[in-house]
Amino acid sequence: MTAALAEKNGTDSAHPPAPHTRPPAARRRREPGRERAFDEVPRWQIYVPLGIYLVFTLIPFYWMLLFAVRPAGSTSLVPWPMTGEHFSKVWNERSFAVFFQNSMIVGVCTLISTTLVALAGGYALARFNFKIKNAFMLALLCSQFIPGALMLVPLFEIFKNLRMINSLGSVVIAETVFQLPLSIILISGFIKNVPVSLEEAAWVDGCSRLRAFCAVVLPLLRPGLIAVGSFAFVHSWNHFLFALMFLSEQDKQTIPVGLNTLIGADSVDLGALAAGGVIAAVPVVIVFAFIQKWLITGFSAGAVKG
Amino acid sequence: MAQAAAVATPPKVPRRRSANPRRLPYLLIAPAGLLMLGFIAYPVAGVFYYSLQNYNVTKPWRNGFAGLDNFTRIFTEDDQFWTTLGFSAQWVVTQVALQLTLGLALALIVNQTFIGRGISRAMVFSPWAVSGVLTSTIWILLYNSSTGFSRYLADAGIGDYGTSVLSDTGTVFWAATVAELWRGVPFFAILILADLQSVSKELYEAASVDGAGRLRQFFHITLPHLRDAIVLATLLRGVWEFNNVDLLYTLTGGGPAGETTTLPLYVANTGIDGHDFGYASALTTVAFVILLLCSIVYLRLSKFGGDHK
Repeated sequence: MTAALAEKNGTDSAHPPAPHTRPPAARRRREPGRERAFDEVPRWQIYVPLGIYLVFTLIPFYWMLLFAVRPAGSTSLVPWPMTGEHFSKVWNERSFAVFFQNSMIVGVCTLISTTLVALAGGYALARFNFKIKNAFMLALLCSQFIPGALMLVPLFEIFKNLRMINSLGSVVIAETVFQLPLSIILISGFIKNVPVSLEEAAWVDGCSRLRAFCAVVLPLLRPGLIAVGSFAFVHSWNHFLFALMFLSEQDKQTIPVGLNTLIGADSVDLGALAAGGVIAAVPVVIVFAFIQKWLITGFSAGAVKG
Repeated sequence: MAQAAAVATPPKVPRRRSANPRRLPYLLIAPAGLLMLGFIAYPVAGVFYYSLQNYNVTKPWRNGFAGLDNFTRIFTEDDQFWTTLGFSAQWVVTQVALQLTLGLALALIVNQTFIGRGISRAMVFSPWAVSGVLTSTIWILLYNSSTGFSRYLADAGIGDYGTSVLSDTGTVFWAATVAELWRGVPFFAILILADLQSVSKELYEAASVDGAGRLRQFFHITLPHLRDAIVLATLLRGVWEFNNVDLLYTLTGGGPAGETTTLPLYVANTGIDGHDFGYASALTTVAFVILLLCSIVYLRLSKFGGDHK
């Protein structure tokens, strides 16, 4: 019974009823002489600024794609004729194949570790009162003010002592640690939104705390977990300094570092740089397109309301 | 934090369902607590410790306890510290103000119901997923003087062929600002949009019945409702813009002529390229204290979390 309830609620929280339902508004507009609905804005006030902003957003992406696919030396503004020369060059000669694989490993490992550790911590904050709860919260908040970039030296020494320099594990740990505070706060927000009574009902039915959590709470957390997990993935995929500092061997590097070496080259090969950029962008843009709807739901349920 | 770890070590207790509710929360926060203790608290302590030392890899004979020497050097001798601090302030304030304004406008627009809303949202938010290095990559392509945007404008008769905006001290600030805005505005817009969705529709209906126009509804309903979200987002973003070095490091490298060197970038140069870890740590400590003080003052002034909804 509880599982069925969870299933029902799970779908509800993943797809909340749209706040603006279109049919009534449309009906209102069709009736002549009727006053405009309270929330309706003249169409041009939406489309004109949005159009301008879309141009600002999309031209840079287009520019990168253009440089990546047009032949070297071409000045055409249309990506035709197309060539794959830049991609094959970056992928094979500039070892982006290896960078891509390393970035993927770091991203997925960070996603898993951040989500699991934050889930445990968030559950504790949401469901228990304990002595050091406030101190823990304060530590989480304070850690947001500590610049990761400025801790590179001591972190480097720690990983050197742990003999983890040049291992992707050092980057995964560093990324996880810096993702944790926000992730825990977000997840505890989501868990607070799940009524305790649901869990209690499962306990009464004989479930252990862990089983009750997995069967009742976890399905309801799906949008939140997706938001937190994708955050962790995108951040670690993108982050540059840790990989730059902790991984000195070229075959251990990640994509942002690879891109930076292309930028720093004496004569910048713009075609190769653009192709590298496209390779760097594709996974995160796919992740983003998939989760962007849940991201907004996730934030409104989690962080903002605290 | 120290307490957390001490208590968190799980004693051997037979595990039954919710039989040890007093220990369970400590067990649950133990992984997070230990990770943060080891990789945040300990390094922070390290930074404070090094800030009182002479610690320079290239001059090992001088290494040792230095007392407050590093700090007096920062405040009395180091002009570059004040320059970079000033640039950091200018950078953070410009970024946060513009990102907030544009992000709020963008959130209000895509919160409306209109045809193509889903796809527009996905498109205008997409730079959020893009990294600092990738942003640099893209804007280096756009700003390139021989193949970039300005060349095509010049070909069309607007402006002339010139040097790249990134190597001109007069334009580099705004060039970097536009690049950072490109990926920063979506972050604000997403956070604000998330909070906008929780504004009760009845409030607007009531206000509309009472004859309040859209502008008054915005200032009396929307803005007060968003206040906490805005305060939190601006604070987080301000700290982030202060601390983050990815974009400026790869886009301008702090140049031309040190024109775009923020304090963290200066620290990185001192510590990593100059190998002067002691002095870099002292700079870090000062940056941390400045950030903390600014944040406290900001939260006080904005009366965050006050009863106003």
